[in-house]
Amino acid sequence: MGIRFVLMVNKQGQTRLAQYYEYLTLEERRALEGEIVRKCLARSDYQCSFVEHRKYKIVYRRYASLFFLVGVDNEENELAILEFIHLLVETMDRHFGNVCELDIMFHLEKVHFMLEEMVVNGCIVETNKANILAPIQLMDKSS
Amino acid sequence: MEQLKTLGRELAMGSHGQSKEFLDLIKSIGEARSKAEEDRIVLREIETLKRRINDADTPKRKMKEYIIRLLYVEMLGHDASFGYIHAVKMTHDDALLLKRTGYLAVTLFLSDDHDLIILIVNTIQKDLASDNYLVVCAALNAVCRLINEETIPAVLPRVVDLLNHSKDAVRKKAVMALHRFYQKSPSSVSHLLTNFRKRLCDNDPGVMGASLCPLFNLVSDDANSYKDLVVSFVNILKQVAEHRLPKTYDYHQMPAPFIQVKMLKILALLGSGDKQASGHMYTVLGDIIRKSDSMTNIGNAVLYECICCVASIYPNSNLLDSAADVIAKFLKSDSHNLKYMGIDALGRLIKLSPHIAEQHQLAVIDCLEIIQCLLYFMFSYAICKSNQMMISVTEFLLFSSGLDKKLPEADGGGWAAKDWNSRDPDDSLKRKTFELLYKMTKSSNVEVIVDRMIDYMISISDDHYKTYIASRCVELAEQFAPSNHWFIQTMNKVFEHAGDLVNIKVAHNLMRLIAEGFGEDDDAADSQLRSSAVESYLRIIGEPKLPSVFLQVICWVLGEYGTADGKYSASYISGKLCDIAEAYSNDEDVKAYAISALMKIYAFEVAAKRNVDILPECQSLIEELLASHSTDLQQRAYELQALIGLGAQAVESIMPRDASCEDIESASSNGGCYDNDSDKDGDTNLVVIVLAATMEVVSKVLATMVKVVVVTIAIVVDKNLSFLNDYVQQSLERGAQSYIPEDERIGTGNMNNFRSHDHNESLQHGLRFEAYEVPKAPVQPKATPVSFASSADTVPVPEALSSRETRHISSLGLTSEAGSSELKLRLDGVQKKWGRPTYSSPTSSASDSYSTSQKPTNGATQVDSATAVNSKVRDSYDSRKMQVEINPEKQKLAASLFGASTKPEKRSSTSHKVPKSNADGSQGSKAAVVPNELAVEKTIHQPPPDLLDMGELAVTTAPPSVDPFQQLEGLLDPSINSGIAHNVGGTTNAPDIMGLYSESTGSGGYSIPVSGDNVNFLSELSNAAVKATSGETTMTPLPQSIKGPNAKDSLDKDALVRQMGVNPSSQNPNLFSDLLG
Repeated sequence: MGIRFVLMVNKQGQTRLAQYYEYLTLEERRALEGEIVRKCLARSDYQCSFVEHRKYKIVYRRYASLFFLVGVDNEENELAILEFIHLLVETMDRHFGNVCELDIMFHLEKVHFMLEEMVVNGCIVETNKANILAPIQLMDKSS
Repeated sequence: MEQLKTLGRELAMGSHGQSKEFLDLIKSIGEARSKAEEDRIVLREIETLKRRINDADTPKRKMKEYIIRLLYVEMLGHDASFGYIHAVKMTHDDALLLKRTGYLAVTLFLSDDHDLIILIVNTIQKDLASDNYLVVCAALNAVCRLINEETIPAVLPRVVDLLNHSKDAVRKKAVMALHRFYQKSPSSVSHLLTNFRKRLCDNDPGVMGASLCPLFNLVSDDANSYKDLVVSFVNILKQVAEHRLPKTYDYHQMPAPFIQVKMLKILALLGSGDKQASGHMYTVLGDIIRKSDSMTNIGNAVLYECICCVASIYPNSNLLDSAADVIAKFLKSDSHNLKYMGIDALGRLIKLSPHIAEQHQLAVIDCLEIIQCLLYFMFSYAICKSNQMMISVTEFLLFSSGLDKKLPEADGGGWAAKDWNSRDPDDSLKRKTFELLYKMTKSSNVEVIVDRMIDYMISISDDHYKTYIASRCVELAEQFAPSNHWFIQTMNKVFEHAGDLVNIKVAHNLMRLIAEGFGEDDDAADSQLRSSAVESYLRIIGEPKLPSVFLQVICWVLGEYGTADGKYSASYISGKLCDIAEAYSNDEDVKAYAISALMKIYAFEVAAKRNVDILPECQSLIEELLASHSTDLQQRAYELQALIGLGAQAVESIMPRDASCEDIESASSNGGCYDNDSDKDGDTNLVVIVLAATMEVVSKVLATMVKVVVVTIAIVVDKNLSFLNDYVQQSLERGAQSYIPEDERIGTGNMNNFRSHDHNESLQHGLRFEAYEVPKAPVQPKATPVSFASSADTVPVPEALSSRETRHISSLGLTSEAGSSELKLRLDGVQKKWGRPTYSSPTSSASDSYSTSQKPTNGATQVDSATAVNSKVRDSYDSRKMQVEINPEKQKLAASLFGASTKPEKRSSTSHKVPKSNADGSQGSKAAVVPNELAVEKTIHQPPPDLLDMGELAVTTAPPSVDPFQQLEGLLDPSINSGIAHNVGGTTNAPDIMGLYSESTGSGGYSIPVSGDNVNFLSELSNAAVKATSGETTMTPLPQSIKGPNAKDSLDKDALVRQMGVNPSSQNPNLFSDLLG
């Protein structure tokens, strides 16, 4: 189990997407998100993109106003996770075209579908954009 | 206009028909400006949903929307459990999109042991058998999230079938479903593990990549069973690295980097400590390290993984050399991310034993010194303290000049120092560095490292991490301390600043060290050490708010050695001790230590035949404690009082000077200092005092009776008091009555006479020496403290002492009585009530633990009372044995239920060919990727593709350290608002975007934390640059120079979104900023 959760949070600390790969109760999630976001958003651009928090290591990256935070365990390759975030953004961008925060909000379920293709059981299983997007495009067509 | 808007909205949202209501909800959430506002919106939404969602007539499309709104409710931190059942229902739907949305919602809402899961398992089973592979995939997704140990059998056969499905997407997910089962319950799929090997050779690279996840787990659980796969992994990795996979798996020109990383992780496990397996890997590792592009993040990610692998497998000098080179590059990088990875990687190389390092002429040694220098600089130790460091610095400079431009020596130091200090202090980096430092600490550098660690420890406020650092400091100091003096000073610092966070054992160790000294026979040095400890403590006492543990150490040391060197007078030290007891008057432990210390001081005075003059404040402290509610404190106070009244010789033998580690064997098992633990050692202490008190009394007043008491004492704690043997012998020779076992002790009833008459009740509880005629329920020893307290108030000192002692006797007497078989039944009841199956009764548990814990000193002093206790002990022993007998049975049962770890049958490696670049048409369609290279080159001189394009807002406005939540709160106040990147109204908006844009174009010097992002730009480069402008084209004509061909598309899209009613001039312009802009 490498990846424990994927969060998208904007600069105001509002959650835009949350996916946990281990079950946490609503209260635990709320507390965790609050702490992590506070910690990461307070960091400057010069500081490194990895923050330790409790048992997690958070790898985060900012795109415009939106922060992508991925919680991993200790044995994960942080740089690779950083690029995984970028791959996710690229994939969204390919699907939505110039993806912005609003796209994610309007199509929350689609972003989740993409994540479902990319990460299973906390492992990165698919990095081929065509493969990631294929089911979503097929669903779009059929409905 | 209104019509146009509606039209636009429909266009924008396509045929999915999201309702205006949904759009409004998203819009209001997006524009919410505080957590409170967001909460209000969500609460309103919950009310709406509760009303609507139960409506039976809701069309399915509408229901899907409701489900997504429920997702929002939960995501934003509110309970949406009222709608779970509808999500479950939606999984039953035939329409794929609805079904998948239903599954998604269920996986997000429910844990795998939720009651509703049972309603879904059936649907999953059906869907796994569907003809539509997308339905099967949706179901497999749900399997990976919702199936728990109990429900695995329900879907397992179907999932196994799907491993051979014709669609690779299905095979991939089936592999992951099996992986999940393995994680949840390894035994459930233990017979299916060969499937993972098969899928490693799947024709589809995606399936192959997925199979690496379970294989990684399998290999880390049992590497030996998978050694045969080493060659296959190496071959696959080689092919991957040689671009043999379809181009679609490339990421930033790197061939399938995520697969490479996973493979390297597996190889690291397989090659660990295995020379032969490692031998296969050297070539491919060398190739990858050589080929990897160290200019990109992803290239560095693979490089880092290579280093980890090199450090883990059987060492190869060439590889280690190149690994060290890469690490040096990382460390010297401007990017903190790379520095972080470099420090981590260095830590891994250091783990290799020095022996191997030498043998392979490692560059690691150089690295070590480099890092030492870096640390010196990092902590602004610009001035080298010793020659050794000077050499390291020089080497470091040589090293850097070899790889980098030549730096003059003086400048070089400055350069490095600047590098670490001029930037923001980066906590993540510091922690990582300390982690590394910890690994490379030696006795030669321990002082510097621990010093820095302590400074850092003082500076942080996170208790969790502070504890961690403190324990590391202690560990290093204990292990490498160059001198005891340094050790004590270091420990003082740790205690002073994190005393409440460190383990109490550390304090005991410190006290023991001070007491034992160097362990050599160097008394002068020892006493010097103690004097310096005393002096430092006297200095520290003045500090306010010291942690309790530290105060205990201080009190103990002052008591033991405060007057030892004659520098400080007894009254000075005792005054200090009183100050401590007063200043921390609500800390009983500290007070207990203080009063014991006082006692020692006075004892030493008495023993030295000096006049003890008790300071008034000490007197009042003693009096206060005599009436304390804590029996422990009270006891100590009485002991003190009793002791002062004794003669010099007696005192000398009770409280020998500097003997904390020597005389009392039983005490030494308790941490070396008999009174360093106020609770456990109180009894030992007491016995010594009582003995002394009685000795006096023996010769004077109550000769015979007390002799019995004394003898009894010796028996009571026989295992403890081997040192009493002589005395007992003496007493016997002098005509004292010999010990009478409890059961024969009827005649000693006259003991009662010597107690004051009006204590009838306490007599019953406290002093009962005559055996009971008929076994009755034992008097609860619990009650004795009460009687003790009441009698102690009135009886004269010696008597109080002896009566206190009898408390022990009586409780022990009870023990022996409890030994009779008749009582056993009754005690069984007690046992049940207390829930301690091992012990039959509290008394027996006491005796039991006594006999076991005292074994070392047991020896020849085994006396009758022990045998009296014996039967009881045996009882409890038997019951324990019973338990022991049950355990293996249970274990067997458990093993048969869960543990049957049938080893995966070995399978000779099959053809491990990975399809060479599939000339599939599918990849051809991805032409979009191709132009990238050109685009990248073209734009390489343009501002770095700015992931942070909104960052300038932060730079110019809110400092990053502002708490985002406070910001949110502050948003209610318009004046703060405008300062924090929230533009109200379109007028302010346009210039803002302009500013943004110009800033991003002119930000060539703006350093991005992740270097090498230039290449990130891949497919979107062409239109990326337009992004910042596109939102506002209609209002603010901007320079078009870098607009790409896709500008029109984005403009169209933007127009549509805006018509929808959400537009950039509304309250949150950020919603529109292109993420990849």
